Amino acid sequence: MPIAIAFDSGGNAATEPWIKAAKPSYPCLIDRCHLVAELYDMVNVPTAVWIDERGKIVRPSEPAGVTDAFRKMNRTNFSIPTDAMAELQAKRKAYLDAIRDWVANGPASRFALSEPEVLRRMHTPDDAQVRAAANFRLGEFLFERGQAEAAKKYFEEAKRLRPESWNYKRQAWALEDPMKPGGPEFWAAVDSLGERKYYPGPEDI
Amino acid sequence: MALDIIYGERVNAGVDADGTSGGLWLGGDDLKRVSGWEFKPQGFCKDDVCVPVPPAHESEFVANGRYNLAALANLLGQPVVTDAEFNAWCFGEAAAERKRMLTSLDAPDFSLPDLDGRMHSLSDYRGKKVFVVSWASW
Repeated sequence: MPIAIAFDSGGNAATEPWIKAAKPSYPCLIDRCHLVAELYDMVNVPTAVWIDERGKIVRPSEPAGVTDAFRKMNRTNFSIPTDAMAELQAKRKAYLDAIRDWVANGPASRFALSEPEVLRRMHTPDDAQVRAAANFRLGEFLFERGQAEAAKKYFEEAKRLRPESWNYKRQAWALEDPMKPGGPEFWAAVDSLGERKYYPGPEDI
Repeated sequence: MALDIIYGERVNAGVDADGTSGGLWLGGDDLKRVSGWEFKPQGFCKDDVCVPVPPAHESEFVANGRYNLAALANLLGQPVVTDAEFNAWCFGEAAAERKRMLTSLDAPDFSLPDLDGRMHSLSDYRGKKVFVVSWASW
């Protein structure tokens, strides 16, 4: 069963057009406070976690069928080179095939990881990162109560404490201006990654 | 004074509490309602866990029939963020607790609404494989 979680403080207003267009046959849930991101230590979208019939994590949070192809985008006409697009499509297909393999074969699937391997790949938050989450939560709370200006300093603190979270950056930008998550600040942040990946891993798909 | 206290996933609006005299002091009923913790002879307890209060510092935790939720959070390693202007307090989860939950490999449960406001919990789908995937409009 797929469950799609929208990390979106804009709530229904922000997500409804997308969900209606997708006509999903599975639950699409709205997570205004990014609670699932906190619970599963997710820092970007799309991020997936695989959970078996017993409620056990068999793949921890990981980028779901995506590559850094967008970084090769022509920022004037928004075109992406053919080879980068082909790589992205291959990655997406490989990821979907891996899910289907797990659905068909359960624990025998090579994509259902052993407990030691899940633990090896899993990241757990440190003190600064849980403090980032608390700041983001307070910012979202104030924003929801119409205090957008007061919310800003908490979003800023969340971003400072957990700079690797694209969720914090892009959500805070989106609440300021819907165009900002794809604007110059975003591209500057992406460029500052240098050799590091925007979507690191997974290594086996 | 009426304060808004975010504790974990829950927002507790208009709680009668004193946040002005070092910490956040609540009555026993509000302490339990907001945080799930209650004060017993053996210390602060929640479910089957009790945390003893350091005897030399008891007055920092308990005074005049009130309990200092901020001091308890500090003892538990929880982050606390406050906004004095809007009388709002946010208590997050401790890093050690997040680690304990995640490394148990038991998928943490959550309940969230769909577009129609209908709540769905991860635990509703126990017995099925679940592929949880995030996205965003931004």
